[in-house]
Amino acid sequence: MRNVFTIVRKELRAYFVSPIAYVVLTGFLLLGGWFFFNLLSRFNVLLSIYTQLQQGAEDQLNLNEFVIAPLMHNLSIVLVILVPMITMRAYAEEKKGGTYELLLTSPLRTGEIVLGKFLASFLFICIMLGLTGVYPAVLIAFGNPEIGVLLAGYLGLLLLATSFVAVGLLTSSFTENQIIAAVSGLVATLLLYIIGWPADTAGEVLGPLLRYLSVTEHFAEMVNGLIDTQDLVYFASLILLSLFLTQRSVESLRWR
Amino acid sequence: MIEVQNLTKRYGDLTAVSDISFQAESGQILGFLGPNGSGKTTTMRIITGFMPATAGTVKVAGFDIFDESFEARKRIGYLPESPPLYNDMTVTAYLRFVARIKGMARADIPDALDHVLARCGLTDVAYRVTGYLSKGYRQRVGLAQAIIHNPSVLVLDEPTVGLDPQQIIGIRSLIKELAGEHTVILSTHILPEVAQVCEKVVIINAGKVVAEDMLTNLAQDQTLEDVFLKAIAQEEPGAAETVEEAAE
Repeated sequence: MRNVFTIVRKELRAYFVSPIAYVVLTGFLLLGGWFFFNLLSRFNVLLSIYTQLQQGAEDQLNLNEFVIAPLMHNLSIVLVILVPMITMRAYAEEKKGGTYELLLTSPLRTGEIVLGKFLASFLFICIMLGLTGVYPAVLIAFGNPEIGVLLAGYLGLLLLATSFVAVGLLTSSFTENQIIAAVSGLVATLLLYIIGWPADTAGEVLGPLLRYLSVTEHFAEMVNGLIDTQDLVYFASLILLSLFLTQRSVESLRWR
Repeated sequence: MIEVQNLTKRYGDLTAVSDISFQAESGQILGFLGPNGSGKTTTMRIITGFMPATAGTVKVAGFDIFDESFEARKRIGYLPESPPLYNDMTVTAYLRFVARIKGMARADIPDALDHVLARCGLTDVAYRVTGYLSKGYRQRVGLAQAIIHNPSVLVLDEPTVGLDPQQIIGIRSLIKELAGEHTVILSTHILPEVAQVCEKVVIINAGKVVAEDMLTNLAQDQTLEDVFLKAIAQEEPGAAETVEEAAE
């Protein structure tokens, strides 16, 4: 466990000593802020139109449905693109820089390396999502969104981002080229995002399967405030499977 | 000590290292010689446990690098061909990180750090970022990372390549000082270096050991250069190139 923390510290330091962390965080918050501003001003306009039309209409418009849910869906798309760029360097850079030799000839277990790198990226994602907390904080200060639904949505967003981190780390472990790691990571996360699209017309067997495989389906449930074991199991399996494959991929150097 | 027995490494159909055996006694400096692409780096990567052999065994300080990999790896310091530095870390942060992943106790690290910084002449650059250091300093940081946990075995892959003459002399005398407490394998193709530093010499060519003896016996009535050229001339021409391709 001590070795895992050593790796976590080293990885987090690498994010924050270089400009990577600041560029990613700024970009993410900038986009998030833009989405939030637009959704909120649209909500204001809708609210004033509705109240002019009929009395008590403001009860039909709620912040969760009109601001928070679309904001989270927008952020999830940004994560599809950003997460592979956060994780691309994890293994590829070590291979290119020759430090992979240092790691693998040290008395470290492969699992410790994989877990350390995963936890570091996970913590980075937590910071990233934590900073977006200002948007709901504004809503709570000036309105009354449902806190339970909000938290379920955040859990969904965190699980989605963590799954993408695990997938991104896996693609990074395959190559020593960071561009290849980022592009294949992006393709994989995007595929997970859209794989459910043809579900409605894919037939009785394939349809539900595609829907189950899609990250979006499970994420949308949680944004709506529904935490189902099925969704939790889905995210846990995706994360564990990716970590297991990463461990195999790093270890494979020792079989060849 | 290091025992290499019948080591073979194949990449597909190409044989990079073929059935080589040699030994380095405790406290000895063994010069590992050979032309470019003769299998030196492959052998060293197998000794350090970075990659497995196709056949054969390696024992480091009595531990098998395959079966007791963990124990063996604790006792090895390794300087690969290019020093394995994280370019965004300072020298001290980097060395502390290495000390921890090599399994050193937290309490022992500050002393060990001061010791290697002084020994490798890094005190002046201790808080500089490694990415901005000159090649000579980078090489010394590489050496410092290899010896910080006081391993019984040191594996150095071409430690003086690309350094200026003064730096070469510095590194050589440092390596000489390290012998006695550490067993050292030093790969190189610079012959005078071997003559000055090493006690024992192993020459490999095209993946095979072509000479293994104490330096004093080998270079008794002829220069090391003659020994080397004779040894590698025994192989049929063309074999070396095949292995060179394999290594790439």
